[in-house]
Amino acid sequence: MTDTLSPGLWTLAWRRLRTDRVAMASLGVVLAFLALLALAGMGLVAADWEREVGVNYAPPSFIGAAGADAAVQATQAPLPPNPFDPLAADIAALGQAGAVVPPAAKRATLPFGADKWGHDIVRKTIKGGQTSIVVGLGAALLAVVLGTLFGALAGFYGGVVDDVFNWFYSIFTSIPSILMILTVAAVLQQKGVATIVLILGLTGWTGPFRLIRAEYIKHKGREYVLAAHAIGASNWRKMFAHIFPNVSHVALVQLSILVVGFIKAEVILSFLGFGVPVGTVSWGSMLNEAQNELILGKWWQLAAAASAMALLVTAFSLLTDALRDALDPKLT
Amino acid sequence: MTAFFLRRLWQMVPTMAGVLLLVFFLFNWVGGDPAYLLAGKMSDAAQIANIRTQLGVDQPYPVQLWLFVKQIATFDFGNSWATGEPVASIITSRLGPSLTVLIPLTILETGIGIALALALAFVRGSWIDRSVMVACTVGMSVSILVYIIAFQYGLAYKLGWFPVQGWGDSLRQNLLQYAPLPILIGLAVSLAPTLRLFRSFVLDEASQDYVRTARAKGLSEARIVWVHVLRNAAIPIITHVMANLPALLIGAFLLERFFGIPGIGREVILAVERSDFPVIKAITVYVAAATMLFNLLADMLYQAVDPRVQLA
Repeated sequence: MTDTLSPGLWTLAWRRLRTDRVAMASLGVVLAFLALLALAGMGLVAADWEREVGVNYAPPSFIGAAGADAAVQATQAPLPPNPFDPLAADIAALGQAGAVVPPAAKRATLPFGADKWGHDIVRKTIKGGQTSIVVGLGAALLAVVLGTLFGALAGFYGGVVDDVFNWFYSIFTSIPSILMILTVAAVLQQKGVATIVLILGLTGWTGPFRLIRAEYIKHKGREYVLAAHAIGASNWRKMFAHIFPNVSHVALVQLSILVVGFIKAEVILSFLGFGVPVGTVSWGSMLNEAQNELILGKWWQLAAAASAMALLVTAFSLLTDALRDALDPKLT
Repeated sequence: MTAFFLRRLWQMVPTMAGVLLLVFFLFNWVGGDPAYLLAGKMSDAAQIANIRTQLGVDQPYPVQLWLFVKQIATFDFGNSWATGEPVASIITSRLGPSLTVLIPLTILETGIGIALALALAFVRGSWIDRSVMVACTVGMSVSILVYIIAFQYGLAYKLGWFPVQGWGDSLRQNLLQYAPLPILIGLAVSLAPTLRLFRSFVLDEASQDYVRTARAKGLSEARIVWVHVLRNAAIPIITHVMANLPALLIGAFLLERFFGIPGIGREVILAVERSDFPVIKAITVYVAAATMLFNLLADMLYQAVDPRVQLA
């Protein structure tokens, strides 16, 4: 960058953001979560979360194995031989054939405990976070892309095009978003990560649409757009090569607002059983299991999923607030 | 005012038509053939055909759409697929329990929200203000599920201060015995976002010229905030609360589910679980209509409390 060139919006925003300590700490937390997600996605971390490494409901190491639990396990160990067992001969034959592999030794405690099946909670939380964050990011990206596209078309062309998109907007905003999500979930009848992304993305475009449309209405008459028109740029080019870079900060802030909302929504949907399929772990499905475990006094799965989610969402929200302030030129 | 009301009512027609089309598209086209859902796995072609005739889904789409519109207009959605109860009676009988929780919750939330927002306006920019705002952000980041699970376990199951769940027939018993814990949790969840929003409304007013004038003529800060700012900030607050009432009806579905309250929200969840399409369809359409109507009422209220607003 030469000295004569004045710094652009993004450079200025980055400078403002860098002086904000809370924002930088939040950015660090968010990046750490994303790095963990990438590692989990590549199978480097938590890929073996389904291995039953601990005893059922192994307590966290910092508590230590409870005496009562150990006593229960001791009584469970050897059963007295049953002379009437009809399968005794078969089992003995199997044992001699070497088909029965003795189970691997299970640990009595794990760093943050284990769930009903003896899965390590730390790995499970990482894997669950991967699902929840991927859904949140994917759905938010879909919603912002749709909102930006519709908003650009409506704002740039105006007239009948604008009327049609505004009609869609009024329809989607008159149905409360959670009802809309549940309705679509009821109709689609199938579970899966792609389905939730689709449901959330297709119902969440209204927020970005309203703001991006307003920006395009403001920008379409500006001189640089008229200049682009004069040199014969196509409408598509004017919309996305010329105007979009000037309104992209609005899309970015909307994206981060939606990610937070959609992570929360995914957790609720998966908790209710309308979200991720059985066999996929997410923070929502962990909370669902944790609800029943709590009555047994096994609080660690609830604590792990809840605090991991709270940490990420807090950091993301603080970062969003800082981003909005840094990108708003009016404040400086 | 009347002319405005009628014109806005008229403008709702295309939106309502759009909602009907969207719901129709979702359930009659995307949703596939409901006869297979209803007939179950062990069914023959004759049974399927029979159910299709009963539901009217063997008719061409325009006829199906006409049937749907007729159902909406006459409030006759037929019976629930799951329980056989008439949909109209499901909606009317579930409204009471929902409102028993939601009305006290809304009143408390708005009252406490306004009081705290004005109190924060006194000390805006101070460390108290900033730490309350950070606490709000953290509070909003904890999933509503965690609040419900933790409060239900701690206050009801462990300490026994409240019944774990349940619902009775008398309003008095419900209000005093079963509703308090859901209301408390609702407050814990909604106060943080409400406070953030109301604070921004109050701070918008606090930088207005009339505040400077009031200060210049020597009014106390308390009088400025509690009389002048409150009256002006009340306008966006009232309209916000008003416009959000219909969404609240659905939004409390988790509370209703956990505490066994037979309200509208729990009915929606049950209907989604059982693929009970008539119930979901009816609730979606009527909640959308209520949302539009309450938005209109909020606009009219806006004008009633602020004579500067001209309704065009």
